[in-house]
Amino acid sequence: MTVMPKWADVILVPLISLFLALAISALVILAIGEDPVEAVQLMIEGSVGSIRGWGYTLYYTTNFIFTGLAVSVAFHARLFNIGGEGQASLGGLGVALVLLFLPWPHWTVALFAAMLGGAAFGALWALIPAWLQAKRGSHIVITTIMFNFIAAGLLNYMLSYTLKPAGSGDPASAKFSPSYDLPTLNSILTDLGIQAARDDSVNVTFLIALLACVLVWVLMWRTRLGYEIRAFGHSETAAKYAGISPLKITVIAMLISGGLAGLMAINTVMGEAERLVLNSTGGAGFIGIAVALMGRSHPIGVLLAALLFGFLYQGGAELSLWTSIPAQLIVVVQALVILFTGALDNMVRMPIERMFLAMRRG
Amino acid sequence: MTELAIELRGISKAFGPVQANKDISIQVTKGTIHGIIGENGAGKSTLMSILYGFYKADRGDILIDGKLTAIPDSQAAIAAGIGMVFQHFKLVENFTVLENIVLGAEDGPWLAPSLSKARKELKSLAEEYELNVDPDAVIENIGVGMQQRVEILKALYRQADILILDEPTGVLTPAEADHLFRILRNLKAEGKTIILITHKLREIMDVTDTVSVMRRGEMTATVKTADTSPTELAELMVGRKVLLRVEKTPATPGAKILEVRDLRVVDEKGVERLRGIDLDIHAGEILGIAGVAGSGQSELLEVLGGYRNGHGKIVMNGQSIDLTGARSDGQSRRARGIAHVPEDRQREGLIMDFHAWENVAFGYHHQDEYQRSALLMNNRALRQDAEGKIERFDVRPANCWQAAKNFSGGNQQKIVLAREIERNPDLLLIGQPTRGVDIGAIEFIHQQIVALRDAGKAILLVSVELEEILGLADRIAVMFDGRIMGERMAGTTDERELGMLMAGMTGDAA
Repeated sequence: MTVMPKWADVILVPLISLFLALAISALVILAIGEDPVEAVQLMIEGSVGSIRGWGYTLYYTTNFIFTGLAVSVAFHARLFNIGGEGQASLGGLGVALVLLFLPWPHWTVALFAAMLGGAAFGALWALIPAWLQAKRGSHIVITTIMFNFIAAGLLNYMLSYTLKPAGSGDPASAKFSPSYDLPTLNSILTDLGIQAARDDSVNVTFLIALLACVLVWVLMWRTRLGYEIRAFGHSETAAKYAGISPLKITVIAMLISGGLAGLMAINTVMGEAERLVLNSTGGAGFIGIAVALMGRSHPIGVLLAALLFGFLYQGGAELSLWTSIPAQLIVVVQALVILFTGALDNMVRMPIERMFLAMRRG
Repeated sequence: MTELAIELRGISKAFGPVQANKDISIQVTKGTIHGIIGENGAGKSTLMSILYGFYKADRGDILIDGKLTAIPDSQAAIAAGIGMVFQHFKLVENFTVLENIVLGAEDGPWLAPSLSKARKELKSLAEEYELNVDPDAVIENIGVGMQQRVEILKALYRQADILILDEPTGVLTPAEADHLFRILRNLKAEGKTIILITHKLREIMDVTDTVSVMRRGEMTATVKTADTSPTELAELMVGRKVLLRVEKTPATPGAKILEVRDLRVVDEKGVERLRGIDLDIHAGEILGIAGVAGSGQSELLEVLGGYRNGHGKIVMNGQSIDLTGARSDGQSRRARGIAHVPEDRQREGLIMDFHAWENVAFGYHHQDEYQRSALLMNNRALRQDAEGKIERFDVRPANCWQAAKNFSGGNQQKIVLAREIERNPDLLLIGQPTRGVDIGAIEFIHQQIVALRDAGKAILLVSVELEEILGLADRIAVMFDGRIMGERMAGTTDERELGMLMAGMTGDAA
């Protein structure tokens, strides 16, 4: 008995939730004495009103796709991986180590190696909580949160003592070799004969993120492993009846999840900063939770939600640049979006379901 | 004696496009036991939920003691003198009996006066109706029969004159059910009115004065119990002639398929659930396991099906089977020719959120025919397979894109059966094959099980419905407290003898 048509379920409900979140945000902006209409205009102009704006929006989107997919894959196995932030930080460490200490002939090879390094470090950081959950029953929400703090401490130490070049006062690694610079989308388009305005923020990693969406879709809905992950996520008892090993699924789902979070580092560390800096993740690991929630853990949903959050991030940055609205306000907006699309989903869903019921009865 | 306790006039209720109750009128005479019988989904529970204030009827009137009464919520129902005993008890597990009875009916902010008043009341109720319970026992430590009595006491404590019981015997042993019926007769003698909702014809015949039959949301008949027969009621329920008895020829057991020796299971809490089980099952026979729920039958099924570890010896087709370790899971069992229809199909046998076609391969999804390549599954092959199975097992609606949770209980069971039986296993383990399944589907499911037996396969049947075991099994083993109390041939035993064994009394003592 599906009460609502599918389009209402996957599009209408999130859109209304989003609208409500934005309406309350507008009230907050009014309350601090600014004009919400002007704020929205600024956000739109700053994020999608120019090539440069689009560049940054898509740069953030890339991060959120990776972390959103990471949370989604784990969530299909009913594992709430809150540790995307830590896994992405460790992914950054993996990328940096691969690029700093091993020589690579060409940026393509370096990118491939960095992907392996980032994914491996992210996956290993997720492996320990996964193992503790499967073997000891330690709740994965608690352990992954703790591992975020451990990751932050570890990175802090590495950047302050181990990776910092001698004589530098900045807690950051040395610059990677310039030959490893990733081509920006802009330069790729130019090579293809399409002249776009100059923009250096979004790079080839965006295409890898899109590819990751496709691969995650294939994994979840076309492979035996995906079938087993979903079965385990829907019913652990049924999975056990079928002979699906909970240990195997928990570990593999978290390895994939951590690996995806770790892959984010090729965008931030290799593509943007070109060295490992403190807090290279910028909270994208947490945004991934909201992206996965809003995107219903489906790659297409994750892509759309990542775009929305990319827009909010870049628009928010513009807002703090040109108005007295503090950058923290965008955190409020994000929190409201998460609250409405995630936690308060039923508040919007129930009246809409009732409306469709009434319409069907005539 | 024509004073009416309840009269419903033209009650209708729709959930979306589904008409759960259609223009239902019913008259219940004061001081009688009135049965309401019907298949799952016939609308019995909806009707009672309207009477108890959980749902609001779209149309129709409710008259209590001849007066038009509005029942917007359960508080109003209680005020009108209606008490309800649900199928799934609504008790606080770690409260005492007394605390549960007082809960929601306290007289003031202090608990002690209410409790001492309830204690006195409880004592007189116990004497009056044979409703004996220890007021200071904690709910989680007392049996289900006792818990049910607490539910009845709760209603009586709230001055209920009309008592509604929804499928009250589902969890009881035959002896406990008899006790319940004695209580109901006592209540009737005191002038209380009782509505008994059930799908068991025998209970209706045993205890009710009048019976109403529901089918697809409509009230098809109301008759005096004395003037009707089980066959007639079954026909009214299903709308066509049904076989209440299982049609089968005598078994011709062949070679030994499964040998179980000294099988022991200790559960997660360290309680020994199986204490040395010895069993043989042969090709071409149905071995029924009878017993009160919780006697170890579930654990027996689970060990054999690879869901749970155990100790002892199991030999299948002459080869020993691992009871612990990597080779003891469900997939290893299937590879050895053991198929398993689990007792709880919703939690174990099916992924409720998966489409029917995804469920039809569940547990067999490693088989070559479902793979496209080393990595990818062949979803088209899965769907084709599912369509065939859905057709052959008459699953309705025949839609392989429908989620398992949206099928009725009977059709869910058919999906599981189609999956397990069509694998042509040497041994089929089957738990509660018809729990929550409507009469029409029960007939079909029993036929499938007998057909598999006649094809020379071994079947282990576990059911808490003694009637089902007696009708379906060729040989019956009775379990009590993790042991087998005795084996009987189905043709030469009866409910009384099995009931003794189920209660832990050996045949000699009986």
